[in-house]
Amino acid sequence: MEVLGFLIDGIFLALEPINLMLIVIGVTVGLFIGAMPGLGSVNGVAILLPITFLVPPGSAIIFLAAIYYGAMYGGAISSVTMGIPGASTAVATTFDGRPLALQGRASLALVTAALASFVGGTVANIFFTAFAPVLASAALSFGPPEIFALMLLAFATFVGLSGDDVPKTIFSICLGLVLATVGFDTISGAPRLVLFEIDGFLRGIGFIVLAIGVYGIGEMLWTIEQTRGEITTSNPKMTLKGMAADAKEATKRGWKGTWIGSFIGFFVGILPAAGATPGSLMSYGVAKMVSRNPEEYGRGSPDGVAAPEAANNSASTGSMLPMLTLGIPGSPTTAILLGGMVIWGLVPGPRLFVDESEFVWGLIGSFYISNVAALIINLAFIPLFVWMLRMPFTILAPLIFVLSIIGGYAASRSMHDLWLIVIFGLAAFFLRKFDYPLAPAVLAIVLGPIAEPTLRQSLLLSSGDPSIFFTRPIAGPITVIAIILILLPALKYVRRKKPVAKS
Amino acid sequence: MRQGEISLAGLLALFSIYLMWKATELPIGYISGRGPGGGFWPFWLALGMLLSCMAIAWNWWRRKTPASQSDEPLMDSFGWLTLLNVGGGVVAFVALISVVSMYGAIALFLLYYLRFLGRHSWVLTLTISILLPIGLFFFFEAVMLISMPQGMAFTQPFFDVMYDIIY
Repeated sequence: MEVLGFLIDGIFLALEPINLMLIVIGVTVGLFIGAMPGLGSVNGVAILLPITFLVPPGSAIIFLAAIYYGAMYGGAISSVTMGIPGASTAVATTFDGRPLALQGRASLALVTAALASFVGGTVANIFFTAFAPVLASAALSFGPPEIFALMLLAFATFVGLSGDDVPKTIFSICLGLVLATVGFDTISGAPRLVLFEIDGFLRGIGFIVLAIGVYGIGEMLWTIEQTRGEITTSNPKMTLKGMAADAKEATKRGWKGTWIGSFIGFFVGILPAAGATPGSLMSYGVAKMVSRNPEEYGRGSPDGVAAPEAANNSASTGSMLPMLTLGIPGSPTTAILLGGMVIWGLVPGPRLFVDESEFVWGLIGSFYISNVAALIINLAFIPLFVWMLRMPFTILAPLIFVLSIIGGYAASRSMHDLWLIVIFGLAAFFLRKFDYPLAPAVLAIVLGPIAEPTLRQSLLLSSGDPSIFFTRPIAGPITVIAIILILLPALKYVRRKKPVAKS
Repeated sequence: MRQGEISLAGLLALFSIYLMWKATELPIGYISGRGPGGGFWPFWLALGMLLSCMAIAWNWWRRKTPASQSDEPLMDSFGWLTLLNVGGGVVAFVALISVVSMYGAIALFLLYYLRFLGRHSWVLTLTISILLPIGLFFFFEAVMLISMPQGMAFTQPFFDVMYDIIY
């Protein structure tokens, strides 16, 4: 009951006029920044951090958290309307969001994303309010072997669900992971895989470079070539009645994915160094696995949009938990928020809830208000985003190319990376022609920098003995599930063969 | 398509071998007291890529994939022309950034695409080609404080005018 009292006080604090105004501005700014390919919550929070010195620390963190919320909602917009995941957390949203948009059902995809994000955010807020200190200490029991097992599970969901062409999926995952190692070895500091001795590779290859190349250039070229430039996103007109019908359909066909994403997203989000991307990917995989119609996934299933969207919002709130209670940021954005808190004179950690309870509960209260504000603002702007799809494709396509190139430069500030985007785009076009799945490569380049150090640290801990992944109480079951998932296609193959042999 | 699939698998196998060779520039084994070397992770992953290419070739030989069963060409002449027009346009766009600035290259790319590929009217083409780069200039330079490449010296008068408006 004490917690409820604190929470009500926090919500009232967040509803004060200045805080409410900052929430509305923050969510709106975040929504548009998140919708822009190449820019994500981390850009928004970093750029607007200096502005927060004009207001008290409590209001400042509320403003930044609102930007974070808005950007998380916004990530789905470019995934659905342009087919480019604006941030790594929205990669899985592209799988079903884009097909829905191409079927003229962008509004259904965006409404599903908005509602799922809202539920994900709400579930995470409730968990956050009720169990913050307990969950934070549980998350600490995740060491390098557990995090690596989790990464293995994320990749396993892809292999296990990849259909028949497993070698191409494995190739794609390995390619993404190798590309993530280009630059410097993070442990020894030595230059590594500087391809063709080009100095630009010393800076490494960022996720956004591959994602924009694959989705912004490669996928667009493929679509133009396949459809001979005559894309029809049939009747994407929007009315209030149509939106209500979409909301009804989203609730009916996306509820399962929403709940799966909400729970998985939160628990993956609270783990230091894991974050929203593996959370959204795993939620997508699990939702597909438990679905009665898994064949609908990848072709425009509302559940396939709901699961990653609920997960990435839930994980965003979850990643605030280790930041506030332990001082460990769970994502780049929370790292900047943490920096802001330190500048404002607040010390994150277990004492924060005691020493600065008004600040903490004001922030938690603002999560609830931001979530509601983000839902309303997002729904209000959906007609604008859908309107974009009513443009003739010969206007939309060059706009997507332009946004891809300028967004790619904004993210990396390097011409080398722009050329890489073009090369990846052309390569992706040909790989796509031969049915190589490219999403696993994009996700692998995000998860690679988490997977490699945790694997090496684990092997160092065990003096090179890989059984460490099987003998620890948390890592063991996760590793076993991951291996079963990886072997799933082989088991299916054997089961298919048996009746043939009998007959 | 059939020939293309095996050719692509061969090319990717060669790339995998190159990556394995590059990975061996750092130790790929276990170093006592220091854990796996810096080349360990990329080496084994590149080996995974190579083995996957071999499996792809095996599937190709057994005609298991749609591409390996198809005797159709990779693309017809329309497809190649589209790739050349659109892909070539994007390559030219990026190449022009160092010459006429990011915003200049955007304007020229939009002009090329909208007018010559999209066959839109001059009014629409010029409206979008001029207004969008200006809008993007204010968004990136004034709001997001991100400077884009300004190209060669002859573009400076344009930037001087625009910066005078911002500051």
